[in-house]
Amino acid sequence: MAYHTQLGSLKNYTKGSLDIVNDDKKHYAFSNLFEVASKSKPFERVAVTKNLEYVVEVAKIEGVSPWYAAAHDEFAVVMDGDVTINFIKLDPAAAVPSGKQGATKLAAAPNGQKMGYVRAKLGNQALLPAGAAYQLTANGGPAVVLFQTLAGDITIERWKEICIS
Amino acid sequence: MTAAAVPSDIKSLGKDAQLGYSEFQFGGFKFRRDEYFAHVAWPKGTRIIEIDRFLRALVRDIGWQFFYGWIFFDDVFGTQNHYGSVDIFAGSYDGGYKAAGTDFMETFPTDKVVTAFDTIARDWISEGYDPLRAPQETGTPLGSKRAPRKDALVRGFTPAKRMLGLPGDVTPRSDETGHPVNRAFADLKFEQPEVHAEKGFEGQLNAINLFDHIARSDVTWNPSVASITGASIFCVTSEEHMLPVIHGNDRNEWFIQLSDEIHWQIQDKNTGNPRGRIVMKAGDVCAMPADIRHQGFAPKRSMLLVAENGTPGLDELYAKGKLPPYPLDF
Repeated sequence: MAYHTQLGSLKNYTKGSLDIVNDDKKHYAFSNLFEVASKSKPFERVAVTKNLEYVVEVAKIEGVSPWYAAAHDEFAVVMDGDVTINFIKLDPAAAVPSGKQGATKLAAAPNGQKMGYVRAKLGNQALLPAGAAYQLTANGGPAVVLFQTLAGDITIERWKEICIS
Repeated sequence: MTAAAVPSDIKSLGKDAQLGYSEFQFGGFKFRRDEYFAHVAWPKGTRIIEIDRFLRALVRDIGWQFFYGWIFFDDVFGTQNHYGSVDIFAGSYDGGYKAAGTDFMETFPTDKVVTAFDTIARDWISEGYDPLRAPQETGTPLGSKRAPRKDALVRGFTPAKRMLGLPGDVTPRSDETGHPVNRAFADLKFEQPEVHAEKGFEGQLNAINLFDHIARSDVTWNPSVASITGASIFCVTSEEHMLPVIHGNDRNEWFIQLSDEIHWQIQDKNTGNPRGRIVMKAGDVCAMPADIRHQGFAPKRSMLLVAENGTPGLDELYAKGKLPPYPLDF
């Protein structure tokens, strides 16, 4: 038997359903990451999960992003499109202070040594290492990226808008 | 009825001469099987569970190290993890058994339960049956005892320490590791990421094809760690047929459906009363609150990402009501 795997994308996704009979639908915070990305401005990092201080953010990547850095590891998973991630090792003086949570948007390209780059496509996961600045560029059309990170200054929470209630 | 912690070992009560399977006693519980069913007995009750479901639950419970919270083998019998000790219960989360006073719970050191469950599984599982595989991909657990299995009962649970594929960390699945792409994902093309590290930064950049890693899993309903930052844990898993347990959460967890769809049945954790049904399709994101049980059904093998918070002691904060059982107020 030949199987057909259903994947989602910015242009083509089908949302499931929440049929709650004896609870509050909001407790399940049900959303669809492609829908969230499709309604977001480029590079807005919108939380789709929150577990105390930990979040998963989704962003639409269109063109070239600002530079970001964090004091802890983050991870990016490409859910649609094709992305290049450039890395710069931050000078100690420019590093995000230890203990600061979440990604920080840098005002400009940072000083430091070039570490290299990763080109990531559908289903690829990349390490965004602590102490490194990174910039994402969409190759071709817009891409969708999930970030495994902590809630921080640039995390956007708009649960009422994105969740079934 | 709750018994105090007992550091007892599992004992064989003898072998069934006709079927070849042993009967066991572990604390106040007795376990025996016949051709079709497992039979669990405790001081004031008994339970019968279809043998395929029992063995699928038993082996996963060992592999998960009893996971986060409650693992219900069915609506009545199961385990609760206390991260160092494990409750084995029967009827403790069922209104009928509780009202009749026929419920029973015993607490054991974790290593004793691992040994006990492993002993039962090795005696009751024959060659040709693999409870970690999808039903279409393995032989039958039914009938009398055949030749014993020689390979490892538990596999696929090795967690990444930081991220799959980093030097010194867990290697992603590939043809070289003996994991071909599963038949259900044969229609997908998997492009590997390009990693270009400048001199001096080799090994500091890392990327993998996470979907390829999941598509090559030879086990189902078996989340394994792909990446960790702080206590945030990304677990990935391939899901086909039905989750052979009902998972009762001791904390909030989140599901991100990466491909295809899974249907979830939701129950109240303490009573088992229905709370609803959720259908998740590719790209859907949904919380599983800390006061529910859930069981998944996947009509086609699918890819699921589970986001966990592994902060030690979190289970006690939820149990004492110091944190709300749901993740968000909005």
